[in-house]
Amino acid sequence: MAKEQDKIIKEVTQSDYKYGFVTNIENDTIPKGLSEETVRLISAKKNEPDFMLEFRLRAFAKWKTMKMPNWAHLNIPEIDLQDIIYYAAPKPKKKLESIDEIDPELRDTFNRLGIPLNEQKILSGVAVDAVMDSVSVKTTFKETLAEKGIIFCSFSEAVIQHPDLIKKYLGSTVPHGDNYFAALNSAVFSDGSFVYIPKGVRCPMELSTYFRINAANTGQFERTLIIADDDSYVSYLEGCTAPMRDENQLHAAIVEIVVMENAEVKYSTVQNWYPGNKEGKGGIYNFVTKRCICKGDNSKISWTQVETGSAITWKYPSCILRGNNSIGEFYSVAVTNNYQQADTGTKMIHIGKNTKSTIISKGISAGKSQNSYRGLVRVLKKAENARNFSQCDSLLLGNRCGAHTYPYIEAANNSAIIEHEATTSKIGEDQIFYCNQRGISTEDAIGMIVNGYAKEILNKLPMEFAVEAQKLLQISLEGSVG
Amino acid sequence: MLSIKNLHVSINGKKILNGINLEIKTGEVHAIMGPNGSGKSTLASVLAGKEIFNVTEGKINYFGEDLFELNPEERAKKGIFLGFQYPVEIPGVSMINFMKVAVNEQRKYKGLKPLSAADFLKLMRERKELVELNSALTNRSVNEGFSGGEKKRNEIFQMAMLEPKLAILDETDSGLDIDALKIVANGVNKLKTKDNASIVITHYQRLLDFIVPDFVHVLYNGKIVKSAGKELALELEEKGYEWIKKELGE
Repeated sequence: MAKEQDKIIKEVTQSDYKYGFVTNIENDTIPKGLSEETVRLISAKKNEPDFMLEFRLRAFAKWKTMKMPNWAHLNIPEIDLQDIIYYAAPKPKKKLESIDEIDPELRDTFNRLGIPLNEQKILSGVAVDAVMDSVSVKTTFKETLAEKGIIFCSFSEAVIQHPDLIKKYLGSTVPHGDNYFAALNSAVFSDGSFVYIPKGVRCPMELSTYFRINAANTGQFERTLIIADDDSYVSYLEGCTAPMRDENQLHAAIVEIVVMENAEVKYSTVQNWYPGNKEGKGGIYNFVTKRCICKGDNSKISWTQVETGSAITWKYPSCILRGNNSIGEFYSVAVTNNYQQADTGTKMIHIGKNTKSTIISKGISAGKSQNSYRGLVRVLKKAENARNFSQCDSLLLGNRCGAHTYPYIEAANNSAIIEHEATTSKIGEDQIFYCNQRGISTEDAIGMIVNGYAKEILNKLPMEFAVEAQKLLQISLEGSVG
Repeated sequence: MLSIKNLHVSINGKKILNGINLEIKTGEVHAIMGPNGSGKSTLASVLAGKEIFNVTEGKINYFGEDLFELNPEERAKKGIFLGFQYPVEIPGVSMINFMKVAVNEQRKYKGLKPLSAADFLKLMRERKELVELNSALTNRSVNEGFSGGEKKRNEIFQMAMLEPKLAILDETDSGLDIDALKIVANGVNKLKTKDNASIVITHYQRLLDFIVPDFVHVLYNGKIVKSAGKELALELEEKGYEWIKKELGE
């Protein structure tokens, strides 16, 4: 048994983070450092209209007055923002024939990541926007979707092609000065995805963005904006990976979602940024602001996240339930191992009448990691008959990790019903032994127990990704018992 | 098939087994009886490979192999099955999935292909009937929300699925009413062949009305103090464990 565990630990320390490779490609980069000059340079690189530059400059001015937040249960080393490259675009080796052609190096990179950019080979029923470092490399199925009036393209393209929509909705859910990292993103963001689903349209395929950090010393600051017009529906998935490097890299993204009357958006994330090595060296700092406004009556947003990567995760996908009868859901599995830290949860702001929210959070901590759930349920004065149900479970593997729960409840309307349940449990030696005794190895047993624990959440993911996520959970926890 | 020689076991420095000797051949059923705290469950756990126990002396040979060289899952794949006294719950893991992994792990070890979904379900149906297990139970999570009796029956069901060479049933009778007891015993009897063997650990003689042992051993203070045929169980029932203590001059 002890021998077996040694073997497992050895395998893990020697086995690589599967996505840790680096693509050797020349980059078009700007010098390190952050100033108004940097902001202007990025805007100029992208040939942006004036309103975008103004937005960026407002955000930058605001950011300069702000301080890095320190209220989370995180130990964040000082980040030197002057030591980061804010724009890095992969430079193709030869001149490409058309806008739809992709550099073969990039195609190979995404193939290795399991994201073929060739529409014939791609997962059926999934359209992908592939973003590497600061730019979108390729968006698939654009034409098929356009037939239904759906816009799915890179953010940069949307700024040029659909300036009215961008002007109207950019910063409408996450204002440029919302928080330190949101302000930073608003000033220097370089690309991301844009989705518009017109009235009455049910998006016929899953939309997905795959984010890849490749270049060294760069930060990734992308922005996603999704608008679901009246009576529409879309399911959207986000995935991310990065090479293994000894230094930490910053990722500060924004996701804004607007849901109109009777519309529904399902947003799923499988976050697998490089988590750092066993000793806690390297890894991505993941500081993300995600927010959705359920603007219209009877609208619905459902956030599902599987968080396994990043050295530090700071992320609270939130729902502003403005429309009457609107529904917000948050389903989360967050896994931390080794020296990873996660402070994640959600905010449910009930404004409209008969609004409903559900929070199901499952934290899994192993190694010497720290895993916190932080969630706010706020019911405003006019939100008659608001309902919330929250369930926060923590699972511990071993004795050296920590699990914390910080629920905040603020109800200004007496008709609100708010329920909160929380449990903390440990994977028992007894459970593992029981599996062993039936011929199941310790590693498989942990995978099985953890997947059982997280099943409720994994079931919410689109089918194609649920299986991937299951494997990911198991891999993330390899060698965590020993 | 199994030969235990001079087995000494302790936990946290406290001696629990003090020189056990036991020989088991295929086709045999051995009952191990004894008062609480005599070391019965420890013996079962050590055979299955539970790590918390410290084997300080002695040898166990299983089909010519040193048992201590095998980890718990290897022992399981080589046909050792432990029916737990207190089966644990594994929330969210369905009984079907759990059994499928277990059965296929064993098949892989034997160099067989995994069972197809249809064959697996067929096997499950057959074995469920054998132990008269309510079919709804296998759709639930492993032992979750099962009553005490259901948990024990579920252990016998798993035994029927895995067809072990050596089954160790640790107080499978505790907490069962007479009907459940009969069902469990029936299952065990049906699974008996000339190629396998069982060790039935029990506190009471009651179970042995239904599972007839070839040998009865009395475990006391970590030692087998008396071994005989099935009549020993009846004698114990009549005279109680005090009788053994007296015989030992305590």
